[in-house]
Amino acid sequence: MEDNAKMEQFQQRIDAGEKIEPKDSMPEKYRKQLIRMISQHAHSEIVGMLPEGNWITRAPSLQRKLSLIAKVQDEAGHGLYLYCAAETLGIDRDELVQQLLDGKAKYSSIFNYPTLTWADIGVIGWLVDGAAIVNQTMLAKASYGPYSRAMIRICKEENFHKRQGMEIVATMAAGVPAQKKMAQDAVNRWWWPSLMMFGPHDSDSPNSGVLLKWKVKTKTNDELRQRFVNLTVPQARAMGLSIPDPNLKYDPETKNWNFGEIDWDEFYQVIKGNGPCNEERIEARRKAHRDGAWVRDAAAAYAAKHADKSNVA
Amino acid sequence: MSETFDKQTRADLFDYLLRLGDDRLILGHRLSEWCGHGPMLEEDIALSNISLDCIGQAISLLKLAGEVEGEGRSEDDLAYFREAIDFRNLMLLEQPNGDFGYTIMRQFLFDVYSFYLYEALQESTFQPLAEIAVKSLKEVRYHLRHSSQWVLRLGDGTEESRQRIQQALDNQWRYVEEMFVLDDIEERLIVENIAADASALQEKWREMVEKIIHQATLQIPGDNIYKTQGSRQGKHSEHLGYLLSEMQILSRSYPDAQW
Repeated sequence: MEDNAKMEQFQQRIDAGEKIEPKDSMPEKYRKQLIRMISQHAHSEIVGMLPEGNWITRAPSLQRKLSLIAKVQDEAGHGLYLYCAAETLGIDRDELVQQLLDGKAKYSSIFNYPTLTWADIGVIGWLVDGAAIVNQTMLAKASYGPYSRAMIRICKEENFHKRQGMEIVATMAAGVPAQKKMAQDAVNRWWWPSLMMFGPHDSDSPNSGVLLKWKVKTKTNDELRQRFVNLTVPQARAMGLSIPDPNLKYDPETKNWNFGEIDWDEFYQVIKGNGPCNEERIEARRKAHRDGAWVRDAAAAYAAKHADKSNVA
Repeated sequence: MSETFDKQTRADLFDYLLRLGDDRLILGHRLSEWCGHGPMLEEDIALSNISLDCIGQAISLLKLAGEVEGEGRSEDDLAYFREAIDFRNLMLLEQPNGDFGYTIMRQFLFDVYSFYLYEALQESTFQPLAEIAVKSLKEVRYHLRHSSQWVLRLGDGTEESRQRIQQALDNQWRYVEEMFVLDDIEERLIVENIAADASALQEKWREMVEKIIHQATLQIPGDNIYKTQGSRQGKHSEHLGYLLSEMQILSRSYPDAQW
């Protein structure tokens, strides 16, 4: 695949807007980039179950409890679906999971922040899922077919989660003083990490160039971040919540909400493993994996025994 | 609705609906603790599903209980503003999850019971309850398939899994008798064909449980062990208090708030 003629042919297919399917020839680097992106995305879904799962047993009403369980369950489903999409590129799920448990694979840093009050559950749906949707709406047009189709399906559910989240936040923002305080506090804590979800500035993003060229991405990190801010600021205002950024200012000319500089030191520290919950998150995944080993062994042994029996018969 | 029953029947029916609702609320709550921590992703999804069904059934049953009581209490009021002594669930269901084998065995023993109970309740003369039973039976059929398949896999899997699931069964056997014990409340409701006669289900329950347990190469524990009693009258283990304090913390802290 790597010779120039083939590379050119591949690029022509991309430029013509064709989808690349699992059995098509593709540059090794394209395959590797996609495995990296899709598996990071899958890991993010799985690790993302933890901060929200943290409030399932404390949900304040039975309907809220149902919605939250269903949401976290959806995330498990997304993880499963994305691992399958990654498997179409010739790597298996066990290997990917092992990379996560060994600390070799990345996942979205946002999930290394703690959920401190019930308002966090609302704000995660609103801001974190909201940011994910902006990113995934773009990825739904990605050149790799299985990833693109996974994103279309996942986006539909994420939109539902976002609405649920906004509803929780709006209810609390209009509630008793203690609820208002929790809602504002959650916005204050989650706002900047949500902006960080889009990754470094375009100038500092090592993978952006090639991903754009291959139409895995069709918009840059900064473009997507701006889009998210523009969508979200009016929502916050409508709910009577303030955004913790003194530099936030509407520019009537560009119709953008200009915003202050992200604390990139914090961003890189959390990626390096120094966020508030990095260790807890990975340890929770390792514990589930460790505690479940005997169950997986038993299922495999049972399947093998019964396969033998049916062979004999 | 409360108009059509005399005072005694209404009080009995209220208590009976709490028994049905609390069983599913407490079990659903325990199952939801697994979400994100299961032995494989597929089981995170399956246990969450079963948890959702249980809590969904609990909502219907507690809502109905509130309507029968006629004092304006909603399903949330009943779930979040009662003390442990007012809960009517089986002691088995409030026990901590333990390992996956413990959770599966608890689920299996309850699913068989719930299956036959709902089957009988479809014939209840109290129409709203019969309707809940019809709908719930479909869900429980799936739960039972899930739990019994896992009992088979774990029983007939590895030596370790066989020991663990046998241990769970041995440990839980003392809790099952309570499923079938009738008190005055249930006896009065059985006479009116409102409640199902749980004592009449024991034989069928035992038959199905034995069949699966033996197929899983496990042993039914001896019956000469102490059997728990009284949870239908609010005599629980200490575990329920902690479960409730976690579940009820927000509602209790801000009783005037809407969420």
